[in-house]
Amino acid sequence: MGPLAQPTPSAGSTAIDRTAAPDTDRAPSASLEMTGITVAFGGVVALSEVSLVVEPGQVHGLIGPNGAGKTTLFNVACGIVRPTAGEMTWRGRPLRRLKPHQLAGLGIARTLQGVGLFPGMTVLENVMIGAHRHARAGFGSALLALPRSDRDERELRARAMTALSDLGAQQHAGRYPGGLPYPVQKRVALARALVSAPDLLLLDEPASGLAEDEMHELGELIRTLAGRMSVLLVEHHMDLVMRVCDRITVLDSGRQIAAGTPAEVQADPAVTEAYLGDEVTAEEDAAGTTPTDGGRHHG
Amino acid sequence: MSDLQSPTNTTAEGTRTGGKAAEEAPTAATAGADQPTATPRRSLLPSSTLLRHLLVLLLAAVGAVVLLEITDPFTNSQLATLTYYAIAAGGLTVLTGMNGQISLGHGALMAVGAYTTALFLSADEPLPLPLILLAAIVTATAVGALVGVAAARLHGPYLAGATLALAVGLPGLAIYFHDVLGGEQGMRVRAPRAPEAFDSFISAVSGNSATNTKWLAYLGAICLLITYFLLANLIRSRIGRTWRAVRDQEVAAELAGINLGAWRVLAFVVSAAAAGLAGGVLALVVRLAAPSGFTLVLSLSLLTAIVIGGLGSLLGALLGSALLVFLPPFVTDLGAGWGLDNTEAAQLAPFVYGVVLIVAMIFAPAGFVGTLRMRWLTRRAKRAAAQPSRG
Repeated sequence: MGPLAQPTPSAGSTAIDRTAAPDTDRAPSASLEMTGITVAFGGVVALSEVSLVVEPGQVHGLIGPNGAGKTTLFNVACGIVRPTAGEMTWRGRPLRRLKPHQLAGLGIARTLQGVGLFPGMTVLENVMIGAHRHARAGFGSALLALPRSDRDERELRARAMTALSDLGAQQHAGRYPGGLPYPVQKRVALARALVSAPDLLLLDEPASGLAEDEMHELGELIRTLAGRMSVLLVEHHMDLVMRVCDRITVLDSGRQIAAGTPAEVQADPAVTEAYLGDEVTAEEDAAGTTPTDGGRHHG
Repeated sequence: MSDLQSPTNTTAEGTRTGGKAAEEAPTAATAGADQPTATPRRSLLPSSTLLRHLLVLLLAAVGAVVLLEITDPFTNSQLATLTYYAIAAGGLTVLTGMNGQISLGHGALMAVGAYTTALFLSADEPLPLPLILLAAIVTATAVGALVGVAAARLHGPYLAGATLALAVGLPGLAIYFHDVLGGEQGMRVRAPRAPEAFDSFISAVSGNSATNTKWLAYLGAICLLITYFLLANLIRSRIGRTWRAVRDQEVAAELAGINLGAWRVLAFVVSAAAAGLAGGVLALVVRLAAPSGFTLVLSLSLLTAIVIGGLGSLLGALLGSALLVFLPPFVTDLGAGWGLDNTEAAQLAPFVYGVVLIVAMIFAPAGFVGTLRMRWLTRRAKRAAAQPSRG
């Protein structure tokens, strides 16, 4: 029974086995490498030969104009889209035939564009779902309401409450998400991702719909998270990206046009061109102009 | 990936009417299902789920005994009918209300349970009754698992269509294998006699005569209480919460590590087990397992019962089933009292039932229990809003 065996995922399947089980307290050591990822939908090439490495404990930004393929790359990392070519490794092992529901067990969490909260569940329950992989009690103890099931629930609840108070949303625990302001919903969604204590957090436009000061807070938060996990961030707000990211990969029309530190990327004429000087202002052509093709290998 | 761009819009099932009516409460149609599994409640009840549910079970058992002893034998047999409807409806409400899967095939799953019971009882030396009912559950569970695997890939109307095929097709097997299953006539069921202990129990409690009808009503009530106890445990646990997550937001649930297909199959299997037991009780109470007892109307009745009662709520399923059983005779009596002749009075019942259904859809789309719950939540939210907000 699949669900009964949770949270040991990937029953007999292909993703990494659990021998390298994540130990949530240690310093981040896992890196995600994507090499030569190509995705074609029929004749349309959404991504071609994109490579990036999310180093342990780093915040890696993924930017590019609309339609550049950022979300597609994210979906590849989540197993929602299977790449036509290319390889992914996580903790040094190849990830093949990855399925979305295996992610949590691998120590990877993702937030959704928008919020994607469960409308029929309280905020606390929403976050408890995020802690699904930590649940230990099975179907039998739930059916008979054994003390073991109650204990498990208490642990999940405590874990979820901690995640909520870390983000300052604990006072909303008993409410339903539909009635909460959008920024609070976003915080709850983030708590739901963080409660699983992931080693890699995939953030899909976390700042959309946030006001300036909230965005600033979010930036601070992402920096603190980087001490505990790696972060891969898709975001439109350039100031946020430039402030929090250690490295940035720039996509345009499915190709990788630049990669490097924020300063390097900002100085890259190809990036400026892609954005038509819109949001990124190229600073004076400093020494380290990055090559425009898969620059991170060189830089 | 458009479904990822705006995940809030992908809650595909048309069973939910969405946000604005339910600002504070969960989405309207399933409001009955959405009692939190997490928030500890401030009350005198014990904090252990097991003790709390056992307490309710005990009270319900006392209530059942009182009800069965103060009513006449005819009502006893009506209550026996109620028990098997309520068992099946309880299972269905878990499937539809908690997990968002619709099934028009639960009548067929009841047929599986009923025929299994009939077959086992037709042996010269039948097994003990609990074992036979267990066999009914196991068989229906197996069929349910098969259907569930298919159902896990289907949604909304397609799932309804597939299970509809089950409801229409499966009873036909009884006609095809008429040598074993009795064909159109069905199989007579010899309900086992009540044990001695039952006689002495009844005479000690009320001094009524322990008829076989009464025994069957008690049997149904016992099965009902056990089923609801177990289902309530599941609903209040992580299992119920995970089902609701799968119902509400597929992508987010999947990203939390939930294998959608496996959990859907699990919900179907649990629901089928309840239907199997319901079928077993039906065979005992009706003393017959025949194809005419498991028409599409049965499946539809179960569905209307849980919708009227409140999707996802066991209490709602019980109330809905009670309406199903008691409303028609009540209306017929009423009609006869108004001077209608027998035929007219009998035709009044389906009419009134339809009216009740329509009225419920208009004024209480979340069902009896769901609507009450939404009222309560809204009042609580208003009170919370009236207080000065903290921090």
